[in-house]
Amino acid sequence: MNTSRWLRWVWPAVPIAGALVVTSLLLVLFGAAPLEAFQAMYDGAFGDQSKTLSVLAFWVPLLLASTGLLVTFRAGLWNIGIEGQIVMGAVAASWIALSVEAPSAILIALEIVVAMLAGALWAALSAVLKTRGNVHEIFSGLALNGIAIILTNYLISGPWQPPEGGSFRGTQPFQPGAILPLFENSRFSPLSLLLAVIAFILVVVALRGTFWGLKLKAIGQNLRSAFLLGVSSEREMILAMMFCGALAGLGGAVRTLSWFDSLRQSISGGIGFMALMVVMLANYNAFLVPFIAFFFSMVLRGSLTLQLRTQLHSSLGGILTELMVLFVLLFGDWKKLALFRNKGDDG
Amino acid sequence: MMDNIAIVLILASVVRESTPLIIAVCGEILTERSGVVNLSLDGSMLMAAMTGFVVAFETDNIWFGFLAGAAIGALFAFIVAFGSIRLKQSQFAIGFVLALLGGDLSAFLGQNYTRIPGPVVTHLPIPYLKEIPIIGPILFNQNPVVYFAYILVIVSWFWLFRTQAGLRLRSAGDRPEAGFARGVGINYQRYLYTLIGGSLVGIAGASYSLSIKIGWSEGITGGLGWIALAIVIFGGWSPVRGMFGALLFGGAKALATIMQRAFPEVSVVAFNALPWVLMILVLLLVGSDFSERIVTIAPKSLQRPLQRLLRMSPPQALGSTFVED
Amino acid sequence: MQIELRDIRKYFGPVKANDGINLTFEGGHIYGLLGENGAGKSTLMKILSGFQPPDVGEILFDGQPQRFASPADALEKGIGMLYQDPLDVPAFSVKDNYLLGRDRRIVLDYNLASRELQEMTSRFDFQLDLGTTIDNLSLGERQQLELARLLVGGAQVLILDEPTTGISAEQKEVLFGSMRKLAREEGKTLILVSHKLEEVQELCDHAMVLQRGKLVGKLDIPCRTEDLVEMMFGQVPERSERSDYEFGEPVLELVDLQVPTYRLTVKDVNLSVKAGEVFGLAGLEGSGQRLLLQACTGLQHPDRGKILLEGKDVGGWPYHRMQDARVGYVAAGRLEEGLVAGLTLEEHVELAKPKHSFFINRKELATKTESQIEQFQIVGRPDSNADELSGGNQQRLLFALLRENLKLILLEHPTRGLDVRSSNWIWEQLYLRREEGTAIIFMSSDLDEIFERSDRIAVFSGGVMSRILETKETSVDEIGHLIGGQA
Repeated sequence: MNTSRWLRWVWPAVPIAGALVVTSLLLVLFGAAPLEAFQAMYDGAFGDQSKTLSVLAFWVPLLLASTGLLVTFRAGLWNIGIEGQIVMGAVAASWIALSVEAPSAILIALEIVVAMLAGALWAALSAVLKTRGNVHEIFSGLALNGIAIILTNYLISGPWQPPEGGSFRGTQPFQPGAILPLFENSRFSPLSLLLAVIAFILVVVALRGTFWGLKLKAIGQNLRSAFLLGVSSEREMILAMMFCGALAGLGGAVRTLSWFDSLRQSISGGIGFMALMVVMLANYNAFLVPFIAFFFSMVLRGSLTLQLRTQLHSSLGGILTELMVLFVLLFGDWKKLALFRNKGDDG
Repeated sequence: MMDNIAIVLILASVVRESTPLIIAVCGEILTERSGVVNLSLDGSMLMAAMTGFVVAFETDNIWFGFLAGAAIGALFAFIVAFGSIRLKQSQFAIGFVLALLGGDLSAFLGQNYTRIPGPVVTHLPIPYLKEIPIIGPILFNQNPVVYFAYILVIVSWFWLFRTQAGLRLRSAGDRPEAGFARGVGINYQRYLYTLIGGSLVGIAGASYSLSIKIGWSEGITGGLGWIALAIVIFGGWSPVRGMFGALLFGGAKALATIMQRAFPEVSVVAFNALPWVLMILVLLLVGSDFSERIVTIAPKSLQRPLQRLLRMSPPQALGSTFVED
Repeated sequence: MQIELRDIRKYFGPVKANDGINLTFEGGHIYGLLGENGAGKSTLMKILSGFQPPDVGEILFDGQPQRFASPADALEKGIGMLYQDPLDVPAFSVKDNYLLGRDRRIVLDYNLASRELQEMTSRFDFQLDLGTTIDNLSLGERQQLELARLLVGGAQVLILDEPTTGISAEQKEVLFGSMRKLAREEGKTLILVSHKLEEVQELCDHAMVLQRGKLVGKLDIPCRTEDLVEMMFGQVPERSERSDYEFGEPVLELVDLQVPTYRLTVKDVNLSVKAGEVFGLAGLEGSGQRLLLQACTGLQHPDRGKILLEGKDVGGWPYHRMQDARVGYVAAGRLEEGLVAGLTLEEHVELAKPKHSFFINRKELATKTESQIEQFQIVGRPDSNADELSGGNQQRLLFALLRENLKLILLEHPTRGLDVRSSNWIWEQLYLRREEGTAIIFMSSDLDEIFERSDRIAVFSGGVMSRILETKETSVDEIGHLIGGQA
């Protein structure tokens, strides 16, 4: 039927449009003109070079985390603990930055490796609790997130506080050699972008073209059949979580070693949760992830300018993205909405 | 080190500050007992706190504020229930996004109302009861929201475990097929108690801006929604144990502040991390057969009460969908 | 009260679970409903008890047509069903479970529950601990509780679905005693759904036999067991001449094996299967055959006795290790325990390979999949999803995924739900394997299959394995008796 096929193509745009409409309504409610507001957002993202670079700087850890989540979602896991994995990566990188003396290249390499290890181990905790202890990864993830943040706050206000006294904002600044090489005088590190792109390509190739990716797909769909076909289900789940944790840890390291110059309280900035939303919005399709992640970065950076220009709270950016995800979740699958249900359909 | 009066004051403040958590936990227990996990608690509480404050401020009536908070909580919960039961999407995904959305939406919509003083729930000591030595000043020298929490715990416990309605609710969460065979409308139970639980969560959120703190500001609840989810679990899905869990959490925070002077380094991390560590431990206990083994080792006469005490298992059908034939 | 089922039909897609059944039940009698798995007994009883509606047909009480909205509605009108796994709530206490749906009052009346339960237990000589929780009770006790609830709820007609599987002998005596009392003294109608011919003959007044959705016969009891057997299993067809095959050395030896699980324990199994031999396990579901097969693959572990694979003790080896030791296993649930619904044929072929390279060689995989499709005559493309295949093709796929040169293949219901052509083809493949020296052990509820294909047969009943029979020297009757529980 023509209408039905056309509808299937067009339908995904409906929830997205809906989110834009609701956001516009909110703007109008607060006395701002939607077009101007969106213009402000755009300017805030691409207005000048420094702004664009800051969009990129946010995009990198978000892309890293989202890429990692592609792996865990493929294996059927809800890795809410990714926030904690990002934080622990940052903590580990900070530890190296504050305690090791070495030439810059070696220092940076060490920081990266340790950060990935820390993220992987933190994720492994959740994974083992699941396979051995039957603890659902959502709850262990929440708990470990909480513990990671508590640890960070303690380090910031305690052992790693700046020499002039604890400020609760961040630790003492890192030695210059510990910071990733930055582009001109921005806070963006091209090296980090390279790493993120490499990671993304690796994951896409791995998921589609390797035996490992196939094993994860099998586990995510039918744990029992996968086991009977010869897959070590437990081991693969743990490895998948560790892989995601490693990428998340790298994202945390990138944040703390380029965008910031120290370990901060808001080191993760909600990137982990945002990454979950990116992958959900992409409907777990790897190719959409970088674009959606970029869009999220753009919106978030842009809303800071929005706040400056219109005096409206910058959370509008978050609202727009969250509404998109919510509407797509609720209304995106038009088959499930059963708008045109035929008699005798499965019901 | 500290005199009695100071201890009493501290305990009284622990009770007061734990109240929203107690209310939210009771609400979520009802929801989860029907088989639905409402992951949106954190966002729902923030929205309720903001809306409650704004309504109370504009109408100059604090009780309208609580009503508004309850309505918001119910709305969030309804979206989760509808999305999962009718639209057959993942409860976890919807709840999770709502948790984030509630935070951002409340920050945005409440931006013109931040840090404004507004109506506060008035202190309401109970005449004779407050004179009781020690317990009196702690429990009965409080505000109406605290008393509401006491009543809520008792009522919800009674409702869950001593009434026919409670049996029907629990069957929906524990074994829907059995409930269905006995004439229980499973999806009806799930909608009903998700709404009721959500309203309670909303009241808890509203009490944050109308009682615990004066006025609204962004992120005022400090991640309490997530903690409430944890406490539901380590209270074993029972209101009374949930209440103790909430008090434990509040007490741990108070203890942390006191101990900070004595042992600045250890206390903060240890006591703040305690609820999370406890949650993991309890989940481990629930997932294994450890508690069963303890019961078999214990002396015969203790076995039954011990088993009832240690019964920590979640509603078996939690998070699943039920298709009525 | 007289219950009549008139022209009951129920279809699940193309499957005719109930195909025009007419039955009448009178009060004060005990009826036995017999039939193999898939004959339609459970479907029919679920319709009668209000769990699902018929597609065509009526239920009449004393001539009045009835419509049930739910099992609770049916109970109110007088029909109650006791399921094999009783529909109770394991986490509830005995009294709570009893009271669920029971009364209209707001507050639970535990005194009422105690009184009524006490009355029931003394009336039927039940021994129930009223103060504990359901998950502390044994299956027999849970049944007794459910029975009490149904009776108090006003059931005039009681349907019991396979009640004696998994309960002790004493509990069975108590149950049968209560059933007799209910029918003779209280005029209730009882319907016993069962496989066990012996029990039906012991307890029931009348027997009704279903086969493939139709009623094939009614008998009054007492009657000859042979008549029942004939009705249930039909005539044995002419057996094709089977060439004698030279067996090799023993591949699998089981010595005094015991495999324990919550529901059932398989005891004292002694068995030796040689290379090239086809060994059939007969018996009805839940009798222990599946447990034994799983023990031989490493999915279950014995707590007593030995499993020897070509002389090596492999008891306690995990599944993957057994897989590497060249033991193959094909479960009955094709999409639940074997194939992954959303994965393609190609992906399955890749997963099932014993050795893997890191990267998937797409071209090589495509070629290999094509050749498997041809060799096993699977109707499907390499990129078809497993759940797009028909049952027969899914089974062919499962066979294609078995590794080469296996020492032992274990199969659950290899031809269940398959048409004759596919079934024959499956067995051709298995015989090819046996000529390579593979030992084959399979379980089936199709007696024809057991007879035609096995070299030797053993029958399982209640976790106990019968003596081993040479197919050439036994008969359908003997098998039927063994299945029914007689030694």
